[in-house]
Order: sequence, then structure tokens, then C-alpha cells
Amino acid sequence: MDSSKFNLKLNNDSKNRIVKGFIFQALLILSVAICLLGLGSLLFEILREGLPWLSWHFLTDFPSRFPEKAGIKSAIFGTIWVITFAALFIIPIGVGAAFYLEEYARKNIFSKILEINISNLAGVPSIVYGLLGLAVFVQFMNLGRSVLAGSLTLALLVLPIIIVISREAIKSVPDSHKNAAYALGASKFQVIQKIVLPQAIPGIMTGTILALSRAIGEAAPMIAISALVYITFLPTTPMDRFSVMPIQIFNWISRPQEGFKGLAAAGIIILLIILLLMNAVAVYTRNRTQKRSEE
Amino acid sequence: MTGSDTILSVKNLNVHYGEFKALKNVSLDFTRNKVTALIGPSGCGKSTLLKCLNRMNDLVPEAKVEGEITFENQDIYEAGIDPAQVRLHIGMVFQKPNPFPKTIFNNVAFGLKLNGFKGDIEEVVETSLRQAALWDEVKDRLHKSAMTLSGGQQQRLCIARTLAVEPQVILMDEPASALDPIGTIAIENLMRDLADKYSIVVVTHNMQQAARVSDYTAFLMMDDDRAGYLVESGETDVIFQNPQDERTEAYITGRFG
Repeated sequence: MDSSKFNLKLNNDSKNRIVKGFIFQALLILSVAICLLGLGSLLFEILREGLPWLSWHFLTDFPSRFPEKAGIKSAIFGTIWVITFAALFIIPIGVGAAFYLEEYARKNIFSKILEINISNLAGVPSIVYGLLGLAVFVQFMNLGRSVLAGSLTLALLVLPIIIVISREAIKSVPDSHKNAAYALGASKFQVIQKIVLPQAIPGIMTGTILALSRAIGEAAPMIAISALVYITFLPTTPMDRFSVMPIQIFNWISRPQEGFKGLAAAGIIILLIILLLMNAVAVYTRNRTQKRSEE
Repeated sequence: MTGSDTILSVKNLNVHYGEFKALKNVSLDFTRNKVTALIGPSGCGKSTLLKCLNRMNDLVPEAKVEGEITFENQDIYEAGIDPAQVRLHIGMVFQKPNPFPKTIFNNVAFGLKLNGFKGDIEEVVETSLRQAALWDEVKDRLHKSAMTLSGGQQQRLCIARTLAVEPQVILMDEPASALDPIGTIAIENLMRDLADKYSIVVVTHNMQQAARVSDYTAFLMMDDDRAGYLVESGETDVIFQNPQDERTEAYITGRFG
């Protein structure tokens, strides 16, 4: 009614504010759209080029000079070998380091410096780790250009990631739960084993999977330690030579013949599928362990 | 107070957190099977005193405890004493309900499993939940998450969890301050019931609560140096109706704090 004491209607000022809100929202949507567009066009291009080359024999054949005959079998198996061994190294060492830093290390300047360094290590270019691996594992430790040397190099590369994420997971366990356990007569080890670890496992799993996903896509350090491109056998021991998928893809892309471009795209598709599978397995196990820890 | 009635005894207790002195020269005895309330203004060291009684203060970095605390005539700060064993006999209930993110059953069974209990776990869980006046409310959902309980129920679950390991003393740090009036009354009634079997020390901000539930009351306060000290202690009726020290009277009548 006109006789109302207060004017509650839209006025110019409030209209202005609403318009500003809309503009801001539109800008946010635009940035999301740009991200999705980039990703989408990449994916579209890869699928367009790669799908015609995907076939059963692509998975089961070794590389070849002829694009029609070439397969990615040795690279897939090499990747599985290398990632499996890398996981065997990084999970115990990374989680152990995270628990030490979070639960045992005294908080002083030394631990602070250590902390900053670990975060910085996560940002070091991967080729540097490749050269380190070449010098330490391949030559000094005399492991040769083997699966073991490759997985140790990748383990070094991604350890900071798993340490940082695991620490966050450990830190997020509330003190009140730890105190409750202490008050029931738990020792420090029991508190970590029965309270902290079960609650931190979902976060640790996320860290592990992120670390391994990074490792699986790395080509540079593998090139540095000279993993092979053209191999027509599968590794049977950790000391055998190997190839990995990113190297195979890199190699195919750099060839002049048109057919290899399609092969590279097909290789990327397979790599993406393996990554998605790894993530799916991680999410599944994470949900399961979470449920079990809450029983 | 005769010697055998005293279950816990504090003598000349001084506590520092780094440079900061939190408690000075506190001497106080706690009587068996009675409820003793620790009252005083915020920051006077009530909670610090409580945490010293079962060595939970060990977990605070830079905490330093001097003086003597004896439980059944045994110095709990002596070399060779296992704090975990001390805490088995002197349990603790915290200010905010802090059940584990596990099932109700496993919350109560936690302490038993921790200490390798060999008997009938289900029986102890039931007895503990009954003692904590929670059994009837949860008996049909023992294997549901403890997080589904209300705040007051969670706090009674925490009490049941403490009872399950059969302590002699139960320390309670403002156990009802995070609860609504109904939850508070339930906890207060429970404290009275538990005093038949257990010795209880409760920190509280609530004067009426101290008057309602406790047999003995100790009043702590601090001066400008912020180091807490004991002003007086004695039977709750005497402290509340006829305090010897005018500071006590000022505090309980609400003139400060």
C-alpha cells in the first residue's frame, strides 16, 4: 500500500547492486567455461584422432615401424611394473615420514625448515629428478636402466606430494579424539594406530592416488634415465629394461608419418582410461575403509 | 579428613607452561566416593589442576609440573610411573562430548579392547551404558554411529566409555557446559549416582551446579600475576553458606568472576 511507513520497493541503488552481482556471477561462469572449453576441445581432438586407431591388437602388440602393426603392450606393462614398484616405495616411506613429522618431530626451527623444503621439493621440475635418478640409481647404485631405477626415480619425484597430503590428513584428526583415547589409557602408539590412522586413511589414499597419477604421466624423468622406446619384450624382473606409456606417446608424436599421430592419440586415450580406473579404485577403497573405521 | 578417606592428594603443586606460571602451591585432598567441585573464575587453573590429576597435562607441550600428587598413597609423577596406567585408574570426561566416529558399542568397548580385556565385552558395555543411564535409549541401536546421538547422549556415552575400564576416580571438566538444560540435569543426576562407586572431581563454572552435585568444594582464584592458587576448600554446605574467606563469599554471591 502507498500508505506504508517504509519503502520496500526496488530503487535505483538496489538495482545497481543486483546488476553488479549478475556481472560477477557471469565472470565466474566464464572462467569455468574457458577451463571446460580447453579441456573439452583437447579431449575431442584426441578422441577424434585416436578412436580409429584403437583396437584389440593395439593393446596386445609390441611397437612397430609400421603404424598399422604398432601396439602399446610393452609400454602398458612397463607402466604397470614401474607404478607398482613406485607405490611399494612411496606408501610406507611417505606415510611414515608424514606420521613422524606430524606426531613425533619436535616443533622447532629444524622441523620448520624441513617442512618448507618438502613443500618446495614438490615444485622441482621433474627432469631434475630424472637426472638425479640417472646419477644415483642407474649409475652409482648400479641398477642400470631398469624397472627398479625407474620406479625409484618416480618415487622420489612424488614423495613430497604424498607426504604433504598425508600430513594434512593426519593433522585433521581432532585432538579431542586423541585425548579421549589417552584418557582411556592408550599409549601414543595405540592412539596413532587406533584413532589417527583409521581417520587419516581416506586422506592418505587421496594423496597416494594423486601422487601415482602424477607419476604415471611423467615422461621427462623416464627419458633422462633412458627407458627404451622400442622394446619387444615384457619386463619379467625388476632389473629388466622397460618402456612406459608417456615415452611411447612422446615418441609416436615426434614421428613424421601421419599414422603415428593417431597412435599417439590412441595411447593417450589408454593412459586416461588407466588413470580413471586408478581413481575409481581409490575412491571405492576410500569409501570402504572409511565405513569400516566408523564401525 | 582421615587418611584412608583420601583417594587423591595434591601437595605443593606448581605448574608452569613455559614461562607462564599457571598454578602455585596448591595442596588439596580429594575424598573417596565423594563429589568434589573445583570452582573459580576463568583462567584460575581449575582445568590445569584437573589435568594434572591423571597426567593429561603431560600432553601439553612445555607443561612442567612440580610438587606431589598421590593416588592411593602412590606418587603418580614418580620416575617409572606409566601415565597410561594412571589414566586407567583416573578416567576423564571432557568439556565437549568427544565420542569416537565409531559405533556406540565400539565407543564403550574401545578402552577394553585397548587394554586386552579378555572377559565378556558385551556384558561390560551393557553395564557401563546402564550406569551412565543411556542403555534404554541406545540398546536397539548399539551398532549405529555414535555421531547420531544428541549432545547430551554423547556426553553420557563418553561417561559410559570411561566407566567401562573401571576407574576409581573420574575427572570431569565442565561436563555439562556444552549441553542444554535437560542434558545438564541428566549429567548432574548421573554424577550423584556414580558417587556411590566412584570418586568424582568436577570443574564447573556454574555455582548452582557445584552446590547441587558436590559434597566438597575447592575455590581457586588468581591475582594479577594470573597464577592460580587455592583460596579455601571444605564441605560444599560450609563453603556456600559460611565461607571463611571473603573472596570466596564475593565469588559465590556473584560479585566477581
